[in-house]
Amino acid sequence: MSALLEVRGVTKSFGGLTAVSDVSFDVEAGSVVGLIGPNGAGKTTTFNLITGNYRADRGTIRFEDRAIDRMRTHKIVQAGIARTFQNVRLFQQLSAVENVLAGRHCRTKSGALGALLRPPWQVREEREAAARAVEELAFVGLSGHAMELAKNLAYGDQRRLEIARALAADPRLVILDEPAGGMNEQETEELIGLIGRIRKRGITILLIEHDMSLVMRACEHIVVLEYGEKIAEGPPASIQANPRVIEAYLGTEEV
Amino acid sequence: MAARTTTRLAIGYALAVAFIAAAPLFLDAYWLDVLNSVGLYVLLALSLNLILGDAGLFNMGHAAFYAVGAYTTAILSTRFQIPILWTLPASAVVAALFATLVARPVVHLRGDYLLVVTIGLGEIVRIALVNDVFGLTGGANGIFGIARPTVFGLKIRRPHEFLYLIWAFVAVTVLLFHRLEQSRFGRALNYLREDPVAAEGSGVNTARYRLLAFALGAAWAGMTGTLYAAKMTIISPESFGFWESVVLFLMVILGGSGSIPGVILGATLVVVLPEVFRGFASARMLVFGLVMMVMMVVRPQGLLAFRILRFKESDVRRAGASQ
Ligand SMILES: Nc1ncnc2c1ncn2[C@@H]1O[C@H](COP(=O)(O)OP(=O)(O)OP(=O)(O)O)[C@@H](O)[C@H]1O
Ligand SMILES: [Mg+2]
Repeated sequence: MSALLEVRGVTKSFGGLTAVSDVSFDVEAGSVVGLIGPNGAGKTTTFNLITGNYRADRGTIRFEDRAIDRMRTHKIVQAGIARTFQNVRLFQQLSAVENVLAGRHCRTKSGALGALLRPPWQVREEREAAARAVEELAFVGLSGHAMELAKNLAYGDQRRLEIARALAADPRLVILDEPAGGMNEQETEELIGLIGRIRKRGITILLIEHDMSLVMRACEHIVVLEYGEKIAEGPPASIQANPRVIEAYLGTEEV
Repeated sequence: MAARTTTRLAIGYALAVAFIAAAPLFLDAYWLDVLNSVGLYVLLALSLNLILGDAGLFNMGHAAFYAVGAYTTAILSTRFQIPILWTLPASAVVAALFATLVARPVVHLRGDYLLVVTIGLGEIVRIALVNDVFGLTGGANGIFGIARPTVFGLKIRRPHEFLYLIWAFVAVTVLLFHRLEQSRFGRALNYLREDPVAAEGSGVNTARYRLLAFALGAAWAGMTGTLYAAKMTIISPESFGFWESVVLFLMVILGGSGSIPGVILGATLVVVLPEVFRGFASARMLVFGLVMMVMMVVRPQGLLAFRILRFKESDVRRAGASQ
């Protein structure tokens, strides 16, 4: 049986710089996989290749046995991959619940005509979408904040709101780019709990993270990049003991 | 708070309806005509607001779509004797198709680039009309002899008759646009304005919604063109110049980008104030410019920036309870 996500020989260059070079890895259904590496290693670029924000120069990406490397981003979301961004990208002037509703967009149908005529099915669809959005807000622990504008939320809450938006899209795989970035210790602790609960829903997780204790605790499989190349892959214990990984991180962070 | 805003807005609309309905009792033909102008500009500004305010696409050539609608009606009326109001859907469709066609290659451009391209678009349309490109538009003289509209056998001719026709259309438009604002479609436009990358990354087909914003905005500008052609009975390219697009842009920004009541107020002020200060005709543009500058510094969000919250506190509670 093939993995949920298969990245095969993917390469991406920006001008002279090869940001991702011949990278391959699998994400098994139901697992939590970490993508780590020093700054500029090509982690975010890899995510952008998976989500269709960038086109790979070479290589293939398959999701549920279907090539997605030529698909447009919104189609990939519809196929079942939702994401968050390294530098939080919320709809700042809109309320938290409206932000989460963006995730519902690809699972609902009503268009301009439905909006103008408001047939009963459209009213029902809107009501169900709102209920689901409220549910996702509660799931990430933002129950009381539904009506607050995204820009007025604390930074850690903004990160969780992004996760709620991603979850609202009914993904089979969520990819989180530094979900603990800018969070304090307690928030990080809560995040680890949240990751566990997402997993219990049967959703697979691929995450980038610099917080090593989080990665080691939350992930069962880790892929390490350095200068765009994959230098190691395996369970946390083997990664922690891997001399190449230790070398890559020497002087930047402890593993 | 949200509930109070809605109530205030409802009261505002009720007062406006009462004022318009009673206007022929206390306004002379000149001022009724000004009100008709206000109505047309409110329609145009609301249609531009879909593109500029809701979707955040900098369109400085909106008059082109207005022109396409007006000329569609003028041609259908003078050449084929089609009754004016029957040309409304034709104007909407032709303007929307035209917008889709011209917007497709440029709509992905970033704000400032799109602005420049749409200025060019507006000018191309005007110049094409002046040069009578298809032998249909009558060149610089335009088209005259456009028929009057008839509603239920009543010929609409005098200012107060047009008043009711135009403002009925405004009322329907405001109702429909509020519905649009409170829908999945309206939200998608807002996501696009707030952050196109995040919108696409959340599953919104941004390319499609950019085009839909242009198509729908153009359709409404096109229908406004029909009303304008019917009211004037003669149209010419100079009514659809660059300045017209600039004024529409100002109405939206001044009133409050993305806010329906704000845009209505913006359009009203921009049409009425110069009339009130007619005495200072020569200084009018100077004052206008100054007001704009002060506004942008002091209140960049516009005069009436508020937007009805789509989900009120009570909706969220109800949604929470229904789980
Ligand atoms: N759009 C782009 N254009 C040009 N260069 C880019 C682009 N995106 C990324 N890069 C470059 O590619 C390299 C990898 O960047 P990437 O953002 O993938 O790193 P990262 O592993 O996510 O790092 P960090 O931990 O700092 O987020 C960097 O040198 C970066 O400057
Ligand atoms: Mg990164």
